[in-house]
Order: sequence, then C-alpha cells, then structure tokens
Amino acid sequence: MNHIIELDNVNVYYGGFLAVEDVSLDIAPQTVTAFIGPSGCGKSTLLRTLNRMHELIPGARVSGEIRIDGENLYGPDVDPVSVRREVGMVFQRPNPFPTMSIRDNVLAGYKLNHSSQSKAEADEIVEKSLKSANLWKEVKDRLDKPGGGLSGGQQQRLCIARAIAIKPRVLLMDEPTSALDPISTQAIEDLVSQLKKDYTIVIVTHNMQQAARISDRTAFFNIAGAGEPGRLIEFDTTSTIFSNPKERNTEDYISGRFG
Amino acid sequence: MSAIVHARGLNRGWVSSLAVGGLLVAYVVSSLTTSSETLNIGVVAAEGFFFAWVLIVLASLAVEGRRKAVSRAMAGLVYGAFALAVVPLLSLISTVVTLGLPRFDGDFFGSSMRNVVGAGGGALHAIVGTLEITSMAALISIPVGLLTSIYLVEYAKGKFARAVTTMVDVMTGIPSIVAGLFAFALFSLFFGPGIRMGFAGAVALSVLMIPVVVRSSEEMLRLVPNELREASLALGVPKWRTILRVVLPTAMGGIVTGVMISVARVIGETAPLLIVAGFTQSMNYNPFNERMMTLPVFVYYSYSSQGADAQAYIDRAWAGALTLIIIVMILNLGARLVSRVFRTSGSR
Repeated sequence: MNHIIELDNVNVYYGGFLAVEDVSLDIAPQTVTAFIGPSGCGKSTLLRTLNRMHELIPGARVSGEIRIDGENLYGPDVDPVSVRREVGMVFQRPNPFPTMSIRDNVLAGYKLNHSSQSKAEADEIVEKSLKSANLWKEVKDRLDKPGGGLSGGQQQRLCIARAIAIKPRVLLMDEPTSALDPISTQAIEDLVSQLKKDYTIVIVTHNMQQAARISDRTAFFNIAGAGEPGRLIEFDTTSTIFSNPKERNTEDYISGRFG
Repeated sequence: MSAIVHARGLNRGWVSSLAVGGLLVAYVVSSLTTSSETLNIGVVAAEGFFFAWVLIVLASLAVEGRRKAVSRAMAGLVYGAFALAVVPLLSLISTVVTLGLPRFDGDFFGSSMRNVVGAGGGALHAIVGTLEITSMAALISIPVGLLTSIYLVEYAKGKFARAVTTMVDVMTGIPSIVAGLFAFALFSLFFGPGIRMGFAGAVALSVLMIPVVVRSSEEMLRLVPNELREASLALGVPKWRTILRVVLPTAMGGIVTGVMISVARVIGETAPLLIVAGFTQSMNYNPFNERMMTLPVFVYYSYSSQGADAQAYIDRAWAGALTLIIIVMILNLGARLVSRVFRTSGSR
C-alpha cells in the first residue's frame, strides 16, 4: 500500500514545552483519517504540522520527519507557502473573507496570489469547486453577494470550496462541524465522503460518532495528565478502533468512560 | 405567596409636572435674589434642573420606595452629566457661527492680509498654508504610522515590540510646543538659525500625528480576526500578500477614521507652527521657502495684535475659527463616507 503522508518520530514543541511526543503514522491516499482524543491531547496541533500552519505560533517547532509523496515538508529548502498550496485546510469556525463576494471567496487562492486567469477559466473553477462542495445550487444566483451572508453551514461549505479550488493533494479539517447544527453537520459529512474520491482527507473531531461514520482509519491520541505531552495511543482501521481496540485506554475512551 | 410586587409608580404626567415645578421654583428663587437685568437664563436652567431632580427623587422616595428613587437619582445624574458635556459644545458652535459669519465672505476667501490695515482683507494665505502644511504632515505620518502599526501587529515580538509601543505612548504625550522646538532645532541644524518654512511645520505636526496614527491603526489591525489571516495563509498566500490583500482591506474603514481623527488633532495646532512656520501677512504657496501663515496662527494673531480698527481684526479671527471648524467637519464627514464605502464593498 502506498502512502501519501508519512510521519516519522514527530515531536511538536511550543517553546520548551513538548506538546506531542513521538508520533509515527502513515496515511493512504484517497482515504479519510480521523484524529480523535480528549481536549489538549495534541490532535489539532499535529494536524497543523501537516501544512506548516503550526509554526505561525511564535516558538512552535517540529522535530522528526513528515513526508508528503516522499518529500520532506520540513526540509531546509522547503517554502512553507508552497506546502500550504498542496495541503489545504478547513477550520473549526467558518471563516470566509468578509470583504469578498462568494465568487471571490472561491477564487481567493488565485486572486490573493495575483495569478490571473480568463473569466471563462475562473467561472469554471468557481462552478466546479462549488459543485464539489455541494453548494452550487444554493448560491449560483447570488455569486456576487458577500460570503458573510450565508448560513454557518453554507459558509463552511464555501470554505471547503475555497480550499479545493486550488486543487491541493491533501485536505486537512480541524473540527469542521463543531460550530454547526446537526443538519449542516450532515451536509459536511456527506461532502467528506464524496471528496474522498479526489482528495486525501485528515479530519480532527471531538465527535466519536462522526469519526465512526466518515473515516476509514482512526488515530486515537491521549494525554497522561496536565503538562504531559500528547501521544498516539492506537492507529488502526476505524472498525477495529471502535469494535475491537487493542489498547485498554482506547476502549475506555470509545465507551465513554473518560474524556 | 406571590413574589411579584405590584408597585405604585410615578407616571409620566407626574414626573413632567414635578420637572416644571422645579423650573418654576428656580425662576422664583432667582428673580427674588437677583434683579431682572442680571437674570441669566443658563443659571435658571441649571438651578431648575437641580430643583426638578430633587423634587422627583423625593416624590419617588415617598411613592415608589427606595430602589426606584435611587434609580431616578442616578438617571438624573446621567442626564445632567450629558447636558454638562453637550451645552459647552453647542454654545461654542453657536458663538463661533454667529461671530464668524459677518466676515465669512468672498473677500475672506479671496485675499490675503497684504497691505491691509483695518477692515477688509482675508485669510486665503492662512487657508492655503494650513491645507499645505497639514497635507504634508499627513503624507509623512500616514505611511510611517501605518507601517509601524503593521510591524507591531504582524511582525514584532518580544522586548523590542514592547519598547516601540512604550515609545509610541510616550510620543502621544509630547506637548505640541516641544514638537515645534524639535522641528525648529532640526531645521536650524541644516539651514542655520532663524529658519522658518512651512515644511518644518509639517515635520513638527508629524511628530504629533504619527503616534496617533500608530495607536489607532494598531487597534484596528488587532481587531481583524486571526481566522482570516489563517484562512489566507492556509491557501498558500504569502504573509505580505495576506497583510496587503486580507488584513488591510478588512481594517480599512477603521484605519481611515483613525487617520482623519489624527488630522483633526493636528490641524488646529498653533504653538509649533508659530515657532517654525512663523507668520506672515502675504501669500506664500511654497512650503519650502519663507514663512507660511496657517489658520490657527491667523486666528491667534488677529486677536493678539489688533490694528487700528480692532473690530475688523476680531471679526477676522472668528471667521478664521469658523473656517477651521468647517474644514475639520468636512474631513470627518469624508472619513465616514470612505469607511462606509469600505464596509459595504461586496466585491471588487
């Protein structure tokens, strides 16, 4: 089985504080991988190291190796900006650009980078991305209206459209439904299952049922106590993690005994 | 047992009659104690407000109980404080308008004071000077201030940033006369002692303006949600483009307002301009050569050194003050218009 994302002995630090310790895992292409675990276990931190968003926080750094298609993301001559073009990200709270229209929001990855394309090309990108995000039907008549006027769930799908418009190889999602109502959550979950055909998706979620519903493989992280680093406890197919976990710790978390 | 108490209350009619009663008491008291010629309407109004307040609070205490009486007393204090703040402003505006209008004419805007003693003459030289010096000060201060605030919000970290912030705060408190002396000393170094020019005035005003621009822009930039920066960076947009295309447009409305406030802050400065820009009765379009008149200095000078026909000088001073207020008001309205344009921009 070929792997698109490989993590080898990854440690993540905030200044002198070790937040995530010694994680090694491999992620297959065109799959959905879920990171679950209690709050503070470092799952979001680890996710953000996959497109080097992590290092925007002063003092944050990473040791170990993270490879995407065999290329080390933390190699000395790698430009973090180019990494982020290959590895897109969707955030916890929908964050469309308030000063831009729906259309411009989808094209933001191009427009902000001044890479110009013809109107026909732009129209095609907008339509294709919005269709992939299951948003086209709802907004096709008001593409020039501001993106902030949409509902929370629509805004989140707009953010997904914006992320996939620049055709990344990997899509990271940091609790994409935690700020949404159940119906919008359903829409996003359906969307994730469709996007799997074209993208490798890594999703952080607090919702174990969500992980069980949409992911192929699940990584369970835990933390020994406050001030201790987060560790990868178990990484397996989702069905194994939820029905027959090897670790006692995982079973306790899955069955709701803590967290 | 019901915990809901059906309290008796003072209705609106009662409150108004008590207020009128308070005014009447004040009027009666004042007319008994002072002769009718010296009866001052402002004093009567203030006393009336006080008596009405006391009457309403006492009546409320008797009828409604302690809690509501305290509420009415506090509400009265709030209204009183508001009136106290607004009355001087309205009085100032009405005074400036009534006294400024007699000379608010074509001559005033069409001529300088060259060869004028007594009536006539105008402030064109001062208006041109004020506009030129203030625009130059803005041209210097806005880029420096805005870039400093971008540095502070987006790039700076640690000790140096804190030092810069402290320095900016200290600069905000610099007395304007010190800024004037600084500019004078600076330009004396290059051009010899006794130098006077409009540009030096602009430099002095910049010293006062930059910290205001930095502080207000900094606040506005910090208000931009971090999520927007992350959204842009996660799309593979470099940091400088993120600042230029996402952060600045989002904060632009507030930044423009802050810049306008800073312009309004310095446009009325007198002391530094008196020192470095000097004063003159003649027209001078060139800010890099010779003395330059400005409106605040014009007002000051018209008043402090009145000529043969004193009233003419005083009238010109008021007209100059009125012009200055109108310029500041136009700037403020312009700022609102600009920030509205930025707020509603749906697409480019």
